[in-house]
Amino acid sequence: MGLKEIRTQIKSIQSTKKITKAMEMVAASKMRRATERMQASRPYAHKMREVVSHMAKGHLEYKHPYTLERDNVKRVGYIIISTDRGLCGGLNTNLFKKAFQEIADWKEQGVEVDIAVYGGKALNAFKRYGVVAEATGLGDKPELADMIGPIKVMLDAYDEGKIDRLIMVENEFVNNMTQTPRSTQLVPIKSEELEELDYHWDYLYEPDSKEVIDALMQRYIESLIYQGVVENVACEMSSRMIAMKSATDNAGSMIDKLQLVYNKARQAAITQEISEIVAGAAAVE
Amino acid sequence: MAMTMHLNVVSAEEELFSGTVEEVFAPGTMGDLGIIPRHAQLVTTLKAGELRYVTNGHMASLFVSGGIMEVQPHVVTVLADTAIRADDLDEKAAEDAMERAEAALEGKDPEDLNYEALQAELEAAKAQIQMIHNIGKTLGRH
Repeated sequence: MGLKEIRTQIKSIQSTKKITKAMEMVAASKMRRATERMQASRPYAHKMREVVSHMAKGHLEYKHPYTLERDNVKRVGYIIISTDRGLCGGLNTNLFKKAFQEIADWKEQGVEVDIAVYGGKALNAFKRYGVVAEATGLGDKPELADMIGPIKVMLDAYDEGKIDRLIMVENEFVNNMTQTPRSTQLVPIKSEELEELDYHWDYLYEPDSKEVIDALMQRYIESLIYQGVVENVACEMSSRMIAMKSATDNAGSMIDKLQLVYNKARQAAITQEISEIVAGAAAVE
Repeated sequence: MAMTMHLNVVSAEEELFSGTVEEVFAPGTMGDLGIIPRHAQLVTTLKAGELRYVTNGHMASLFVSGGIMEVQPHVVTVLADTAIRADDLDEKAAEDAMERAEAALEGKDPEDLNYEALQAELEAAKAQIQMIHNIGKTLGRH
């Protein structure tokens, strides 16, 4: 490689390094906000779970379909939550691997799968399976209002008996460095997910138990999915931060190596020139 | 001292209020409700409106766009919606989500998932990019 080539390459790597460094810092600050949002959404889901637990344990004439397990599973619904943008390491790939695996397992048992997705990456990956509903471009600050569509589609399908189970696949935010794909069964609600209560009572319901429980169950599922989406944003940001950090580090070591090659090449050129001059002078004498 | 109870107002996106109150007035779907401590356990749906509460003898209020209120003798929890909800609005959102999915699916043939083929394509694309880079460098050398 010529000197000039090396120099241009160093320059181009330097500008790449600047970009990855900037992306790393942006992701770090966005991650902080995303984890805050994740925390902020917890009291709601927690409180919901408490109320739902009370109801499930109460003596009610009306049992909501979401609390009843169906024996014969013919079709399952999947809600897959991914990012909209790339450059976040293996986050989506690992998630999709898990989802593909689970879908393949269902198909082996002769069970059909319906898919709803959040995020452009999942939409592209699962197109070939047929996607029944999607919501993309939710941004870094997802709002529940934008998520209602696919949830409604899936819950309606469950109510009509088109699907017998609803499962959500998203990334779990373990800590800043670790995110793991996780799949959770949303409907029917597993009784072990509900809280153990030492005491229970029967509520007064207004307007009546059915309407209140229907509204509550719908919101409970929505809150779980909202949490999933928010958690996935936190995962996206931390994963991007890590990916960009290692890209920056790699760029740095690459620059060092190239600099060494450049210096050696320059020294070789100088040495050669000197020996040529010396040889030329000797020839003239 | 007046008897008090705890009021929590939370939405899926954030906590809106948490504190000790003497009285709560909520816009229930069946009519407005006034709650004072030691109320019987009650769950009700709320419609959009003003949620008022008395804390330290002062009246304060919050706007809720609907939701659910759970009352226990000494704890009142309002699970507020983040947006106005109605069946037809939800229906519209569901239809939109399905239409978008259909439109997205029509964009490309649902071909069989073939990792090897995709990988090969990716490698080919990478090689092309590399080649273009090299040509660019050669041209820019003079």
